[in-house]
Amino acid sequence: MKKEPVKVREASAEIRAGNFEEVVKGYSEDEALLEASRCLQCKNPLCSSGCPVGIDIKKFIHQIVQQDYQSAYFTIREKSNFPSICGRVCPAEYQCRKACILTKKGLPFASEQAINIHFLERFAGDYGKNNNLDVPVEIEEKFSKVKVAVVGSGPAGLCCAGELARKGVQVDIYESLHKTGGVLRYGIPPFRLPWDVLDFEINYLQKLGVNFITNFLVGKARTIKELFAQGYSRIFLGLGAGVPSFLGIKGENLCNIYSVNEFLTRVNLMSAYKFPEFHTPVNIGKNVLIVGGGNTAMDAARVALRLQKINGLVLNTKVIYRRTEIEMPARRLEIEHAKEEGVKFEFLVQPKEFVGDERGFVRKLVCLRSKLGEPDSSGRRRPVIIEGSEFEIDCDLCVIAVGLKANQILINATPELKTDKYSDVIVDSESMESSIKGVFAGGDIVGGEGTVIEAMGMAKKAAKSILQNS
Amino acid sequence: MKIISREAIIDSAGVRIIKLSLIAPEISQKAKPGQFVVVMVDERGERVPLTIVDVDINAGSITLIFQEAGLTTRLLGALNAGDSLYALVGPLGHPTEIKKFGKVILAGGGVGIAEILPVARALKDAGNHITAILGSRNKDLLILEAELKGASDQIYIMTDDGSYGRKGFTTDMLKELLDKDKYDLIYSVGPIPMMKRVAAVSREYNTKTLVSLNALMVDATGMCGCCRVSVFGQVKFSCVDGPDFDGHGVDWEELEKRNKVYSVQEKHICNLFPAS
Repeated sequence: MKKEPVKVREASAEIRAGNFEEVVKGYSEDEALLEASRCLQCKNPLCSSGCPVGIDIKKFIHQIVQQDYQSAYFTIREKSNFPSICGRVCPAEYQCRKACILTKKGLPFASEQAINIHFLERFAGDYGKNNNLDVPVEIEEKFSKVKVAVVGSGPAGLCCAGELARKGVQVDIYESLHKTGGVLRYGIPPFRLPWDVLDFEINYLQKLGVNFITNFLVGKARTIKELFAQGYSRIFLGLGAGVPSFLGIKGENLCNIYSVNEFLTRVNLMSAYKFPEFHTPVNIGKNVLIVGGGNTAMDAARVALRLQKINGLVLNTKVIYRRTEIEMPARRLEIEHAKEEGVKFEFLVQPKEFVGDERGFVRKLVCLRSKLGEPDSSGRRRPVIIEGSEFEIDCDLCVIAVGLKANQILINATPELKTDKYSDVIVDSESMESSIKGVFAGGDIVGGEGTVIEAMGMAKKAAKSILQNS
Repeated sequence: MKIISREAIIDSAGVRIIKLSLIAPEISQKAKPGQFVVVMVDERGERVPLTIVDVDINAGSITLIFQEAGLTTRLLGALNAGDSLYALVGPLGHPTEIKKFGKVILAGGGVGIAEILPVARALKDAGNHITAILGSRNKDLLILEAELKGASDQIYIMTDDGSYGRKGFTTDMLKELLDKDKYDLIYSVGPIPMMKRVAAVSREYNTKTLVSLNALMVDATGMCGCCRVSVFGQVKFSCVDGPDFDGHGVDWEELEKRNKVYSVQEKHICNLFPAS
């Protein structure tokens, strides 16, 4: 008999849109068992091939069925350092779930029928977190004198540090912000990734002896050369992609037009949603527009909507995207959640010009309609402007979420570090070593905007080659 | 991050300008004139940029001078020697270009005088002839006259009310000087209306003019774009592309408006936490 997928429990849209608490509540033990029992345990499983780090999915699901959650946790931990985080933020519908045998062929993303691998991963991850299952350290004496500097405390940096520290390497992580976690802290809102989940991973690294140095901007306060001179034998760069792209259209510097990074950093990192208790302000729009179709666009929309609700305003937050819903790069779950909460969408819309008032605040966005043409290099159909389709949308706050580029400060301060046309760091794809001997890199600074799990994959590779050559 | 000394260098008629020296060994070794730091007073605080006015490498300390304006600068001003900041990061931004230009005018207004001091010293050391114009509302609010005197070949004081030096604006003196002589560079820091006027005057004389902009910032490392300014029609981030820009290219009206984007919240939070 075919079993229906087990739906995950969620806070009701009505209530959650008024707070920053976690939306997805995760599976209970019974729910996890039921969902795990749907897995066909394929002889030749396809799911793992869809996972960027190759988690043995069949095995961990089987272990859940056996109610051996501890083993399930350790099975995932063999490949992924952050099961609780990835179980929450991985775009599973484009990865493992899309590869699942239960996904119908030819779909752009997983069928609903595909096993909810990510929710099972989260279940196992949270089991490990709640039971303090520490991955055994494998200290090797020869590493005790090795010192490594990790620059950036985002997903790549944290992962690399963990891999090294478990072997006994002394690791210092340098972070320019006052809090650790990188994009996991400043970018992803707590209603999607609660801080205690992130803090668990950071605390674990601290227990392993990793030293966090916050408020330290490598490239300004110290150069790569000086880090080596200070006694580090290897350096890992997990600098991230934190430079916001703008549309480059007229009026974009009007007040209340935010980059998605500024908007999310104010709200997430600086807790502006608790102003004036916290001192960093953020403006709250009556008619909010979000430009873009990725996860950060969804995050911004749901944050803007929450600010409206908390402040007793009529909910009016709209996402405009130049293609259609199918082409949106965001996780399907985020799109669904945004819709349920009341975020509106308008597709095939291309921003043309912002119009402001005499005080310099944005009032309108002039747009053009488009239709889909031939596929471009990304394989997605290219939007083509329809002549004479100009129209206006009222907007008193706009968030631009159209992509992020590589952080440049350290790169500019290090001319020997070779970069590509996107200013991403060039590395050897096997060793992850950059053009500077002993300097490795991974995460968004290498591949451009990617996922947490992709960053982790690169960081693990780098850690492996650092260990091999130390 | 620990404060080693705190002094109110001005406390007159509701204006308070504070000088803080802080332990910051790495920053003191690296900081160059024109660069700034970001500070957070406490865990709930804002991240605000402040120019590094002086460094003492031997003591491993830096000096900041700021006027109490909003809540954050007021909280910062209320700290005492022995207290520590919650966060301090730097040095940030590009250093001011220091080389031999020839004859240089440094025009500082209000607390901006503090920000021209390190640049004046460095330019003087580089062999430039330095003329300083200091502008202040009145005699009681003038800061760092002796220090600037030591760093310049000539110095002119302008006060709005004529209570000290000459009555008038810094730009009045600037015009006079440019009428009489040719200068190779003007460097100006002060309130936006003042820098805007300086740039307008110097443009007529076709004299290169650098200004240090005080745009609002959050991370101040190029990640948020809050501090974006238009310079010759190009979007620049004050934090990583500046803070110094060619004053003739800056869109002053835009900057003025953008710096007021949170004026309502600023007023609100200042009312909630009234000054002592």
